[in-house]
Amino acid sequence: MSQIGGKVFFLDRNDINTDEIIPAKYLTEVEKKVMAPFLMEDLKMEGFDPKSPQLKTSKVLITRSNFGCGSSREHAVWVFTENGYQVIIAESYARIFKQNSYNNGLLVIELDKKTIDRLFEIGKKDENMEVFADIDSEKMEVKSKIDSFSLNFTISPFYKSVVKEGGWISYADKTY
Amino acid sequence: MGKTTAEKIFETHMVEKPAEDINVISLDMVFGHEVTTPPAILDLQEKGLDKVFDPNKIKLVIDHVTPAKDTQTAIQHKILRDWAKKHGIKDFFDVGRNGVCHAIFPEKGFVRPGYTIIMGDSHTCTHGAFGAFAAGVGTTDLEGGMLKGVCAFKDPKTIKIEVNGKLPKGVYSKDVILAVIKELGVNGATDKVIEFTGDTIRAMSMEARMTLTNMAIEAGGTSGIIYPDEITVDYLWDFIKDEYKTKEAALNDFKKWWSDPDAVYDKVIKIDAATLEPMITFGYKPDQVKKVKELEGSPVNQVYIGSCTNGRIEDLRIVAEMVKGKKIHPDVRVILSPATPKIFQQALKEGIIDILMDAEITVTNPTCGACLGMSNGILAPGEVAVTTTNRNFNGRMGKGGMVHLASPATAAAVALTGKITDPRAFL
Repeated sequence: MSQIGGKVFFLDRNDINTDEIIPAKYLTEVEKKVMAPFLMEDLKMEGFDPKSPQLKTSKVLITRSNFGCGSSREHAVWVFTENGYQVIIAESYARIFKQNSYNNGLLVIELDKKTIDRLFEIGKKDENMEVFADIDSEKMEVKSKIDSFSLNFTISPFYKSVVKEGGWISYADKTY
Repeated sequence: MGKTTAEKIFETHMVEKPAEDINVISLDMVFGHEVTTPPAILDLQEKGLDKVFDPNKIKLVIDHVTPAKDTQTAIQHKILRDWAKKHGIKDFFDVGRNGVCHAIFPEKGFVRPGYTIIMGDSHTCTHGAFGAFAAGVGTTDLEGGMLKGVCAFKDPKTIKIEVNGKLPKGVYSKDVILAVIKELGVNGATDKVIEFTGDTIRAMSMEARMTLTNMAIEAGGTSGIIYPDEITVDYLWDFIKDEYKTKEAALNDFKKWWSDPDAVYDKVIKIDAATLEPMITFGYKPDQVKKVKELEGSPVNQVYIGSCTNGRIEDLRIVAEMVKGKKIHPDVRVILSPATPKIFQQALKEGIIDILMDAEITVTNPTCGACLGMSNGILAPGEVAVTTTNRNFNGRMGKGGMVHLASPATAAAVALTGKITDPRAFL
C-alpha cells in the first residue's frame, strides 16, 4: 500500500478554469518545468495569493465543483505536477482536465459537497492539515489537530490501470 | 431501444470497453495545432515511440500565433513543421496556407458525418456540426491518438436541444447558443454530448451550425452534434461526389447517423426561436448571459470579430452590411480576423474588405491570437472588449481585461457606437 499526499492547499470557488490555472501567454513553452513558477498567477480570488509559500509546499489541492473547465491545455495539469502536487479533491471536474490528470498520474478524487464542506471547515481551523490517499484501497486519511479520520473514494478500474501502467501512452502502446 | 447519433458512432468505432462505462474508440481524424501538439511530439520522441498510426488521418495547422511572434513561438512552429515532414503528413498548413483550425479543417473536407475526431483543443466540438463525434482532448490523449488512432471516452449520454420557429431579425445562431449556455450552466453538459435539432437548426447554414456546436464545451459538453442533411451534403459535395453518384444517395447514407425516434436522452430542452433576442455575456463565465438591451450604453474600448466561433464569411457579410459607408466610433478600435485564407479571399472578391477598411477596421491575417490573449489584439488592464469569440474568462484577452461575448451583428453595432448597443437599431 503506497500513500501519496501531504499538506493541503484550499481553493474555495467553483468553476476555476484552465486560463486561471496557467494563462495562455505561457503556452509558448514546450517544456513542462519552465511553467512551474506561474501556477495560478492571474487567479483573482478573495484571500488567494499566488505568491503564498503554502501553494508551493502543498501536495494536495481541495476545491469545489467543475474544476479545470475551459481550455484543453494539459499545461494546467503539468503546472500542478511540476509543483509537486499528487492529489486533487473536488466535488467535480471538467471532463478534459480530469482525463488529463489520470493520463499524467495525478490522482483526482471526487467527493460529495457535504464532505468537501467538512474538509474546508477543518482546513480553516488547522492550516497544517494533511491528506494521504491510497489508490489501491481507495481510501484516504485526513490528519489534523481538530480531527483525524479516513474516507473512501472510488476510481474507475480503467483509470486505475492507466495510472498504474505509468500513464495512457504506455497503456495504449501496450494494449492497442 | 433506439440510439442517439453519438451512440451509433461509438458502436461503429468500438475497439474495447475496458470498464463498464468507458469506451476506447478508433479515430477517423486526429487534428493538431502548434500549441498543444509539440509537447506530444517531444514526449513520443523521449519515449522512443516516434511513429504515427496513419499520416493521412493526421492534419496539422499553425493557428494560435501566426506568423511567429518570438523565438518560442518560432520553435513551436519548427517542431510541428519538421515532424510533419518526417512522418509524411501532407496536410500541414504552414504560415500563408493556414487558418483557424476549426474553420480550415471543415473547409478542406476533412470532416464527415459519422466520423470520430479528436484534437488538442477544447473547441473541437465544432466539427459535430457535420454529424460527427468530435472532442477536445489534452496533449496526452492527442499523443495516444497520433500513435495508435484510439481514444477513451465515457458513455456518450446526450442532451437534446430542440429549437423551433423563425429567428427574429437581429438574432443569430450566436444568440441561440448563448441562451442555451445560460440555461445549461457552465457544467450542465459535462461528460455529455449536446444534440441540436428542430426546424430553426435545419434552416441554418453550416457556418451558423458550427457557431452552435463550437460553444458546446462552454456548457461542459464533449461534442456538439447536428444531423447531417441537404445543407451538409451541399457543403461537402466537392469532396464526396466521387463517392456518391447523387446528392440524394449521399443524403440517404448520411441519414443512418440520425438519432432514432425512440433514442433515450439525458435531458431535452425546447426553445421557441421567436422569443429570442440578441444576447451578451456580462461576467467572467460564459453562462452569465443577458439580453443586449439590458447592458446598453456601457462603454467599450475594443471590438474583436473572428475566431473559430464567428470568423466565417457569413459573419463578415453581416458586419460589412452594417458598417458600409460609415466610420467606426472614434473611442473604439475594431480588429477583424477572417478565419481562413479562403474566407479572406472571398471577402476581398465581395468588396467586404474595402468596406471594413473604409470604416477604419483593422483586418488581420487568419489567427486565433487575440481570442485567448496570445497575440494580435491583447487588452490593457481595465479595458473592455466586445467580441465574437467563445470565452469571457477573467484575463482571457489580457490581464485585467474584460470580455463580453456577442454575435457579429452586436459587435458591429458596438463598433459604430463605442458602447454596448442592440444591433436591431441598425438593421
